[in-house]
Amino acid sequence: MSASAPDVSAVSVNGISLEKLPEDLYIPPDALKVFLESFEGPLDLLLYLIRKQNLDIFSVQITDITRQYMGYIEIMKHCRFELAAEYLLMAAWLAEIKSRMLLPVAPKVEADEEDPRVVLMARLREYARYKKVTERMDALSRMERENFPTFLAHRHLSTQQPEPTVTLDQLLRAMQSVLQKTSRLSHHHIRRERLSVREKMASILATLKGGRFYEFCGLFVVTEGREGVVVTFLALLELSRESLIDIVQAGHLEPLSVRVRSGNV
Amino acid sequence: MSNLKSVIEVLLLASECPLSEKKITDILEVEQHAVRQLLSELQNDCRQRGVELIEVASGYRFQVRKAMAPWIQKMTEEKPPRYSRALLETLALIAYRQPVTRGEIELVRGVKVSSNLLNTMQDRGWVCILGHKESPGRPAMYGTTPEFLDYFNLKSLTNLPELPDPEVIRLSVNDPVVLTTES
Repeated sequence: MSASAPDVSAVSVNGISLEKLPEDLYIPPDALKVFLESFEGPLDLLLYLIRKQNLDIFSVQITDITRQYMGYIEIMKHCRFELAAEYLLMAAWLAEIKSRMLLPVAPKVEADEEDPRVVLMARLREYARYKKVTERMDALSRMERENFPTFLAHRHLSTQQPEPTVTLDQLLRAMQSVLQKTSRLSHHHIRRERLSVREKMASILATLKGGRFYEFCGLFVVTEGREGVVVTFLALLELSRESLIDIVQAGHLEPLSVRVRSGNV
Repeated sequence: MSNLKSVIEVLLLASECPLSEKKITDILEVEQHAVRQLLSELQNDCRQRGVELIEVASGYRFQVRKAMAPWIQKMTEEKPPRYSRALLETLALIAYRQPVTRGEIELVRGVKVSSNLLNTMQDRGWVCILGHKESPGRPAMYGTTPEFLDYFNLKSLTNLPELPDPEVIRLSVNDPVVLTTES
């Protein structure tokens, strides 16, 4: 990356004027995207600059940093915004530190405040620790690179057993024998006639024919069992709902009586 | 006893994942110390062979000796997967600082941690959510799994490479940013 040289003679670091710009400090705009992607963030970039140039970031002219980062803003329009945003934040932080250093120090206030330079250095140091340990972790022997576990692929073998072949003829014969068996067994099944509410309603109406009162309990056929009782009860309710019968009681605690409603006889 | 050793050998070979001492003991229905003895015998038996029996977080597994790895790579004609620095740095932060939230990782790295990255690590089974921090937003706290240790050939987190102390970190050759006025 070569610097598209601005007025080089004007550049000085720590009072020593430089022959040419430090190559890594000035990033040509078109190379920015590639350049930023090779770093893991502004801390990584700053760490690189410090190490590569032995750069004391606090003696860099604030105007240089600002100018460079203002250039970045222009390119950001064409770049991935989220990538550059973090670098901008760092630039703003550096500018803040720098401008604070330019202000005259009020000793009493200074005592309470943490030196922002110390904060930045602590963050750089913390990041450098993990960067170092990441290199060490990357050097560990790991699966798919140095470690290949061995095992016998026993499951794979078992799935290679040939599937038995079945012809249509065999299938039909098997089906026939099943059908034969079921036909032989079928007459042993005792099928219970399902009691129908409608059917019961008809039989009740037949019983009540003539318009006489009939005892409520007498309509139930005990031999039909629990299901029969339920069906009879439902039939009576249904008949009552359809206004075909009257359910009456002569007095309190007297037995219930049923008769066909007049007009339906 | 030698028969049992062969049984342990085939169990280890037939298992796709590492087998723990406990699991082997349960299958064989013998004393655990006997299993331990036989495992160490098996390790010795492999001395002259291309495979070795090693212990990782989830248990014991047979694996190709490191020196033989290039031959395996040549056979499979596959390049080992490369992991991005972003992934490895994030993984290191989770491993060394667990339980750690995404925000805490971002603070150290100075960049956003993408959800994609965390999903990849969770899909690989290296990282899991340990719980949620009782702070605004209840952020998830991440930690590493035994599978992570297995992958990196480690028995426990204490076997991870040493994390350098902040004091020994030199930011540059002269470390000019160390503020001498502070001392």
